[in-house]
Amino acid sequence: MQWANAVVQGVILGGLYALLAAGLSLMFGVMRLVNLAHGALAIVAAYMGMVLVNETGIPPFATLLIVVPVMALAGWILQRTLLNTALNRQALAPILVTFGLAVILQNLMLELFTADNQSIDVGSLAGASIQITPNIAVGVFPLLTFVVGVAVIAGLQLYLAKTTTGRAMRATSDDREAAQLMGIDHRNIYALATAIAVGLVGLAGVFLGVRTQFNPTFGDVTLIFAFEAVIIGGLGSLWGTLWGGIILGVAQVVGAQAFPSSGVLLGHIVFLLVLAFRPTGLFPKVVNG
Amino acid sequence: MALLEVENIDVFYGDVQAIFGLSLSIEEGQTLAVIGANGAGKSTLLKSIAGLCTPATGEIRFNGERINDVPPHRRVPLGISLTPEGRRIFPSLTLEENLLVGAHSKRPGYWNLATLYETFPLLADRRSRLGTNASGGEQQAAAIARALMSNPKILLLDEVSLGLAPVVVEQIYSALPAIVEQGTTVLVVEQDVNQAMKVSDRVQCLLDGRTVLEGKPSELSRERIASAFFGI
Ligand SMILES: Nc1ncnc2c1ncn2[C@@H]1O[C@H](COP(=O)(O)OP(=O)(O)OP(=O)(O)O)[C@@H](O)[C@H]1O
Ligand SMILES: [Mg+2]
Repeated sequence: MQWANAVVQGVILGGLYALLAAGLSLMFGVMRLVNLAHGALAIVAAYMGMVLVNETGIPPFATLLIVVPVMALAGWILQRTLLNTALNRQALAPILVTFGLAVILQNLMLELFTADNQSIDVGSLAGASIQITPNIAVGVFPLLTFVVGVAVIAGLQLYLAKTTTGRAMRATSDDREAAQLMGIDHRNIYALATAIAVGLVGLAGVFLGVRTQFNPTFGDVTLIFAFEAVIIGGLGSLWGTLWGGIILGVAQVVGAQAFPSSGVLLGHIVFLLVLAFRPTGLFPKVVNG
Repeated sequence: MALLEVENIDVFYGDVQAIFGLSLSIEEGQTLAVIGANGAGKSTLLKSIAGLCTPATGEIRFNGERINDVPPHRRVPLGISLTPEGRRIFPSLTLEENLLVGAHSKRPGYWNLATLYETFPLLADRRSRLGTNASGGEQQAAAIARALMSNPKILLLDEVSLGLAPVVVEQIYSALPAIVEQGTTVLVVEQDVNQAMKVSDRVQCLLDGRTVLEGKPSELSRERIASAFFGI
């Protein structure tokens, strides 16, 4: 029963990882860009949520109405200014630019907020849980995070599959030059993709800030978990990212059950095994452009 | 006034010059065939007109306006549409989605999904097939149809016949009259000289990035074309 509980908790944790990884997966899928500032941006969003709650007293979920649009706008500007230029240079340029951005953001947060652990207070919701069986109880907030994670992945998938802009995004991802020949301005498509991705990082960051204690260096591990979820699931596949998050979550929690204090390590091992034996991930995109 | 004028352009890839002082002009409604051997500069010419290559010198005018500095995605709304060499169908999109992406610029006109399926019946049956799974002929038909979705004033076709069986080439070229009938100006690039002569009002032959022969198909003898084509 302990094991069943571990699996359930792992799946639910996986929803948070999928939520954190959605934007990273989208940016890679659309422009083959690995955003190394992804984790730092999530923590920026967590601090934004925290400051808003502490200073204005608005309810934690209401902060999303501010954090998500602000982050999306920041993403749009980031793409139009730095990243579009970097993408036109050699392959290393976007890596260096986003790495530099991560370092800058982390140091700014250290200046502003010190290295102390913080969290976003959601009151009684933090401890609330639902008893599923006599031995398994799930926290209401983690469950909500899981639902939001699944909804975000499904929503993104639907957006890409059904809308005109989503279609243009897929076309640009397949062949940027051919897309230009269709009248598509790839710089706008990229800016939109990054706006969505960073907006979703904002959403994920606030959920992360409620769920766990965080400090400015927390971006690193956030990036690593998100990255592992994307790789396990298969680059460029959004559903794969959801499964990747779930597999990572289960590996960590079940791992911790088997070897207390080594859960995270087991997650890394699963990641490395996938990388070694199925480098395209477990759920690769059917088509490669 | 000519619809498209290319005047004395030089085009480079890095340090390598691909086109040397090339000029060309097409009247509205005309079909011009540009022929030439491998590496003659045909694709580079089309890419320069579509905006993927920028001439170092010289001028490209469309409707009398200089368009050298207009990026490719803004040439589509002007009415310039290129079916690129190698088709470049979006592999992860269905053939119908490929066509829909072609309508991105929302230029109004005769061509839409319905009229294109009528003109290219082989596409109608294959519309839900992924680009990557389509045959060469289906991809080529889709690539032309996709370019037509923007209802261009000028359609640039780069080596439609490349790698296709003769029957399939016939099938695809049989759509050309319907395209010309809409008043569309067509610039075809071909290595298949016979095909080029058959469909065009005028032929221009390139060799090593320069024009070596031009004229009406009826006025050019096979020998002159052969010697211009191979530079002998
Ligand atoms: N991307 C590129 N980078 C460098 N050189 C190129 C590039 N594309 C073409 N070239 C060179 O420019 C010249 C003209 O090439 P282009 O592709 O325009 O010829 P083409 O007439 O279309 O030939 P083909 O019939 O083989 O398609 C060739 O010498 C070719 O090697
Ligand atoms: Mg060519």
